[in-house]
Amino acid sequence: MNFDFSDDQKLLQQTAKDFLEEHSPLSVCREVLESDAPYSQSLWKGAAELGWLGTAVPEEYGGAGFGYLELAVVAEEVGRALAPIPFSSSVYLATEALLLAGSDEQKKRLLPKLVSGESIGTVAFTEKAGQNGVEAVEARVEGGKLSGSKLPVPDGGAADVAVVAAQDGKGLSLYLVSLTGDGVEREVVRSLDPSRPAARITFKGAPAELLGTEGGGAALAERVLDRAAVLLAFEQLGGTQRTFDLTREFTLERYAFGRPIASFQAIKHRLADLWCEIELARSNSYYGAWALSNEDDELGEAACIARLQASRAFDLAAVEMLEFFGGVGYTWEYDCHMFYRRAKSTSVVLGNPACWREKLISRLEADRAA
Amino acid sequence: MDFNDTPEEAEFRAEVRAWLEANAEPRGPEEGGGVDLGERVDDETLRAAKAWQKKKADAGWACIRWPKEYGGRGATAIQSVIWGQEESKFKTAPNIFGIGHGMCGPTVMTHGTPEQKELWIPKLLSGEEIWCQLFSEPSAGSDLAGLRATAVRDGDDWIVNGQKTWTTGAQFCAWGILVVRSDPNAAKHAGLSYFVVDMHSPGIEIKPIVQINGGTGFNEVFFDDVRIPDANRLSEVGNGWAVAITTLMNERASIGGGGGRAGIGDLLRLAREVELNGAPAIEDSGVRQKLADFYVRSKAVQYTGNRTVSALSQGKTPGPEASLGKLVGAVLIQEIAAYGIELQGAAGLLNDCDNTAHEGSWQERYLGIPGLRVAGGTDEVLRNIIAERVLGLPPEARVDKGIAFKEIPTGPPSK
Repeated sequence: MNFDFSDDQKLLQQTAKDFLEEHSPLSVCREVLESDAPYSQSLWKGAAELGWLGTAVPEEYGGAGFGYLELAVVAEEVGRALAPIPFSSSVYLATEALLLAGSDEQKKRLLPKLVSGESIGTVAFTEKAGQNGVEAVEARVEGGKLSGSKLPVPDGGAADVAVVAAQDGKGLSLYLVSLTGDGVEREVVRSLDPSRPAARITFKGAPAELLGTEGGGAALAERVLDRAAVLLAFEQLGGTQRTFDLTREFTLERYAFGRPIASFQAIKHRLADLWCEIELARSNSYYGAWALSNEDDELGEAACIARLQASRAFDLAAVEMLEFFGGVGYTWEYDCHMFYRRAKSTSVVLGNPACWREKLISRLEADRAA
Repeated sequence: MDFNDTPEEAEFRAEVRAWLEANAEPRGPEEGGGVDLGERVDDETLRAAKAWQKKKADAGWACIRWPKEYGGRGATAIQSVIWGQEESKFKTAPNIFGIGHGMCGPTVMTHGTPEQKELWIPKLLSGEEIWCQLFSEPSAGSDLAGLRATAVRDGDDWIVNGQKTWTTGAQFCAWGILVVRSDPNAAKHAGLSYFVVDMHSPGIEIKPIVQINGGTGFNEVFFDDVRIPDANRLSEVGNGWAVAITTLMNERASIGGGGGRAGIGDLLRLAREVELNGAPAIEDSGVRQKLADFYVRSKAVQYTGNRTVSALSQGKTPGPEASLGKLVGAVLIQEIAAYGIELQGAAGLLNDCDNTAHEGSWQERYLGIPGLRVAGGTDEVLRNIIAERVLGLPPEARVDKGIAFKEIPTGPPSK
């Protein structure tokens, strides 16, 4: 039994941690949050130079040729730093969609640019409130031209290429669409987490290139979301741990009634419970990483349990953080709100917990019937 | 990252399995095993358990974690886990030696004199003598050091008076480990001493405790002028708390099986079998949401157990982190059992094996679990352990430090 990362993987993680501590203190996240910039360009450049964007991309497409365990540990650090970069959209979603379904020509043309950071990718699946994935999509492709409106497109202001879900003659399919070309109108929309702003994108006859097979969009989107769910769980895990560490430090330093508030059981017990939630999230995320890196049949289940527990832990940690900090936690000046925003955003960006619970039970029952 | 044994672990597992196959019958997947909390052990079970332990001891497979000089194999923690995994796959007699082998033995090895070890360890290992623990009292549970049973020196003996409780197996044990107050004028933790008591001593009276589920696995043990030779004292007079900590640390080092026992598989099966609004309950979206949450948590406890085993495999010692499995796991089992009853609708109020789903096992589980929640540390004690020893948070302010025990405020006596 070795349900742990290897020494080499831990070294990679430490390198990522060191880099981000130097180049992505929370002030970098705040800069993006307080400005109109959709992301930190200098941090994105740094991540690209370190090869993170192509961690799990084969060398023939310009990547580092590592596996998903390596990408997972980098993701954890990106999350810990609240890095204001479109890492999840470009790396876990767009790049993974291409790796899963792109033709060799598409991969050779697009992946090197995504890996170098020259291009930023995302997905455009949902169109209105209440949607979690590619259900009830109304956007259409006819004669290679895409029409319709997508909201929210994560990192939609930063990306220049999107994997778009649309109806065509064969049903639902995924298409590659340049966001900088003709027939694309973009509007960055005020977002819960302005360090990762989303956009509304309206397509009016934009050129669209099929990714995968016609009518295969729903199945492909599901596979992409499963992979992204595991990797985003690591980002959430890193964010949760940072949230917890800062909260713990604060309760040790803050005195009330003549003693550190961390000495009251009212606080201690909630921190102990929170620590349990984080360890549980870590365990399910590890299982997800194992299933992803082994292309295991259980990935469908593993993605659900990783995403659900990581979302729960991050949400809870952020809520508790604001409560334990008291009044100052509610100020713009303190950093607590950046964690609160990131936690809630990441818990819905790939579909809300209710939809992942439903997926989990559906998959368990389908496996049983099989 | 993988779930496989290392080559050394695989070799050890094969050796264990070969011996078990030659000496025991494999267990079917549906057959339960072991004695549940609160089940009284009958004479036949007792004989079978002793015989199986003797067999293991003769072949060198008893108490494998113990050093070789005490009859063990000096096995590593991961080897101990492997042994437990393999033994559980065979029809063996219930292990009624857990307290003796897991807690009493290691305590005697750590604090006993050569004479004491020679007197007690071999028969403890071979299963000839069973041991019990006499720690908790009616007014000293989570606050164990608040115990009130007294020991007064009388020549070469000590005379013990008071009451112990929650003693598993007291009626068939040869020896008990006992913590008593030898000096009420000393501060709370400084006035305790630790003894090994012959359970057949005159003045000991054992009464079974009837639990909420009707079981009688535990006992009250009354001491009325019980004489214990000073030779049966472990460590110095007044050092009993340190010895008790050794015992309790060994209790926590015993690693459980993980989240597989939480009952999520049974709950999914039940949800397929019972109906809600004319369709199988599992087709109801509200039920599915609940089931998913239970599933996520059950797996998380299970994989956390895997991470603990991985740490053992790498030669690390699991610390107070192991409290997580108990804290989260016991609540989860209780919540799953409660939901299992709810899924049965109004019939959930029955507790009759002929008229309820799954032969009444949900109701039985529901009534049994409160004991599991408090055994080995209440949720609140476990949270303190995690907060103080894992997270490094300061202890709660205390009013019972630095004063004589007899000056510490106390509530009315327990009934």
